[in-house]
Formats: sequence, C-alpha cells, structure tokens
Amino acid sequence: MAAIKVHGNPRSPATQRVLATLYEKELEFELVPVDMKTGEHKKPHFLNCLNPFGEIPTLEDGDLKLFESRAINKYIADEYAGKGTRLAFGDNKKKAIIGVWMEVEAHQFESAASKLTWELSLKPVFGKGTPDKAVVEKNEAKLAKVLDIYESRLAQSKYLAGESFSLADLHHLPSIQYLLATEVKKLFDSRLHVKAWVADITARPAWCKVLCHACRSKH
Amino acid sequence: MQILPNNQLLGATVALALVAISAAYIYCTSKPKAIKVHGVLLSTATQRVLATLYEKELEFELVPVDMEAREHKKKPFLSLNPFGQIPAFEDRDLKLFESRAINKYISHKHADKGTRLESGDMKQKAIIGVWMEVEAHQFDPAASKLTWELALKPVFGKGTPDKAVVEENEAKLAKVLDIYESRLAQSKYLAGESFSLADLHHLPTIQYLLATQVKKLFDSRPHVNAWVADITARPAWCKVLALQKH
Repeated sequence: MAAIKVHGNPRSPATQRVLATLYEKELEFELVPVDMKTGEHKKPHFLNCLNPFGEIPTLEDGDLKLFESRAINKYIADEYAGKGTRLAFGDNKKKAIIGVWMEVEAHQFESAASKLTWELSLKPVFGKGTPDKAVVEKNEAKLAKVLDIYESRLAQSKYLAGESFSLADLHHLPSIQYLLATEVKKLFDSRLHVKAWVADITARPAWCKVLCHACRSKH
Repeated sequence: MQILPNNQLLGATVALALVAISAAYIYCTSKPKAIKVHGVLLSTATQRVLATLYEKELEFELVPVDMEAREHKKKPFLSLNPFGQIPAFEDRDLKLFESRAINKYISHKHADKGTRLESGDMKQKAIIGVWMEVEAHQFDPAASKLTWELALKPVFGKGTPDKAVVEENEAKLAKVLDIYESRLAQSKYLAGESFSLADLHHLPTIQYLLATQVKKLFDSRPHVNAWVADITARPAWCKVLALQKH
C-alpha cells in the first residue's frame, strides 16, 4: 500500500495538478476516488478528516494530511527534492523567482482560465447548461492580456522562471489542457513563444501519464 | 615637532571624534537602502510586505507610487511588475512582485532575523503552506471584495457600497470563518502554536474590516475574536499602522 494517497478525481484540474507533480517526481501513490456526485466531499468524514473546506484534492503522506493543490505540490517538491524532476530549486533568488511566477499562475492566470474552463469544458460535461457568453468574452479578454505578458516573458527564457521547467510552469497544465480543446486555443496559438511553451510542457511524459489516468477513468 | 598642550590635545581629539560620528551618522541614514518597496500605504498588498519587513526587523525604503497618475501602469514601473500592480520589491539587483512571493523570499532569506515566520521542519512548513493557500484562495476573495465595497470605495470616491456584493461576500466569509473557528479551537494560530506568515497575510484585510459592519463576523466567534485581537496587537503590525498616521 503506497504511503502517499491522493483523494480526488482524475479529471479535476486541481487533482491533476498534484498527479502531475507526483509523476514528475516518480513517486508511488494511490488515487482514492471521491464521489463528487453524491457529495462525498461535503460530508462529515471528508470535512473532519481531510479538508474542512470540502474540496479536492487532499493528500496523505504517512500521518501528514494536506489540502490546497499548490501547497501539496510545494511540499512534494521540497520533501522529495532529490527524486525525479527538480521542481523547486536553486538559491534564494532563484526560488524567489519561481515563487513569483507560481503566484502569477494562481492570481493572474487561473482566475480567468478557470472560469473559461468551467464555461466551455466542464459545464457541458456536468449538464449545467450552455456557456455564458458574457462571462466567456470578459475572461477571454482578461486571459489575452495575461498571455501578452507571458509572451514577453517567454521571449526571454524557455520557461516562466528561467531556463528550467519548474512548478511555476506545471501549475498551468490542467487549465491549459482543457482550454486547448476549446475556442480559447487561438489565444495560445497566436502568440509564438506561448505556443512553443504550451507545446513543450503538454508533451512532458509525466503530463501524458496524467492524461492517461483521466482517460481510463471515463471507462 | 610642536607638541600641543594637554587640554588643546583633548579638545582636538573630541572634535575629531564628533566629526567622525556625525559623518558616520549621515552616511548610515542617507545610505540608499538595499531593500525597496514600491507601493502605497493604503494598499493591503503593500501592507502585507511592510508587516513582514517589520517582523524581520529589516531596514527598507518605501518608494511611493502615484496611483492617481497611473504610474503603476507605465514604464518604468512595468519593468518592476509587468502586471502593473503594487507592491514591487527590490533587494539590490533582485526584483520581485506578488506580495505573498515577496514575503516568502524575505522570511526565507532572513530566517534567523527577527520573528520566525516559517518553519525548518518539513511537515510544519507544509502545514503553514496549506494555510497560506487558504488565506489566498478561501479568505481573501470574499474579504478583499468587502474591503473594497465598505472601506476603500468611499475613500476613493467610487460610490456607495453595492449591497448585493456585500451580502453575498459576507455570507461567504462567514462560512470561511466558521472553519477558522474550529481550527483555532485546536491551536493558537492557524498553522499551530506559533505565529507564521499564514496568520500575517490576513492582517491588512482584517484591519480594514474591523472598522466596518463585518467586524461582527469576527467578534461573534470566540476563537477567531481572540486570534484577531492577538495578531492585530503585534508590535510589527502597529508599526505599519503608525506609518499611515504619519
């Protein structure tokens, strides 16, 4: 039985964020499915033992219990620094720059990207109606401005925080993957350096394993 | 060589010493600070960084940004933060933005100075990390909307509070604070028995909300109330508030 357990859903973007990190670090883990349809994540056992905010994913590593995908990933990257891909590395300055771009993903990119992912990818799947055109238009405009800044940044370095892949890039993967299958793809394709970066990070073997996991869960 | 009489020699020595001390004082107080924060005192994100610098007992210079003239949306500010937001931070040749990233850098680089704001133990560090994310993704979205509607909008002459937004976000914040109440019944601070960045990051928004109708949400929860009283009374935080008074 693996020491590391992830409670979540292989098609949830936040769960995928953690799975990507575990695969990059070549760590054994067990994915414990959470039945969102029956509201398992809002019931006492989940709330009291795993995440009081009733959200997936949560992680158990031995007796340590964590939630919030980005905090989980930082823990994995630090605790298992010597294994697999280096994801949070360098001296104080280097780590600080990775930290900045992790915050950028969380506060600048994700707020628009996750709304678009919901409207265009997940809402239809969950039978929650058709995309809200006003929300889509507003958030496409926001995302376009963010990607303009990414375009300038990625003209200077191969990845967001420098010449090596880091958690700052990884955290984008789930939302980007969903958006590539929607009309939003054009926003990535029309920016040369962003397009190259997207092609690079979505082709990583660890990310491909996450996608396989998601595919298997449909059947 | 003529030798000065004793009292003249003494006088000359004292005079030289005074000149040396004055020169040293002028050098130290006028020497450019290694750490610069570009921001404004009213901004919660700027305050978040100042609180950390005071906790760490670090010297810094606050470089005001003229928001009215939209200085933050123009060059050269955009070379500090391409997203055109305050604060921006310099530590010699290192330039950073995003207040939470800045704070993590400060607390890590100066781990041994002032208040310990993170932990050397991997597990405890992870738990602090969880509650930092909680502040950023669960607490702040509702709290910052309420801060804007009830505290800042009037100050900037941007109209009266939007009642629907206030009601919606008070309800959201109340649910978050219910969870905080359970958490703080188990430990003095969010991540354990010691104050950390996870608590500090709440300070600017909490301080604003204490001066509004939202205060009741904190007061009505005993453990949250005690935690708020504790963290807002910290000397470093009082220094941030004192800056605003001047």
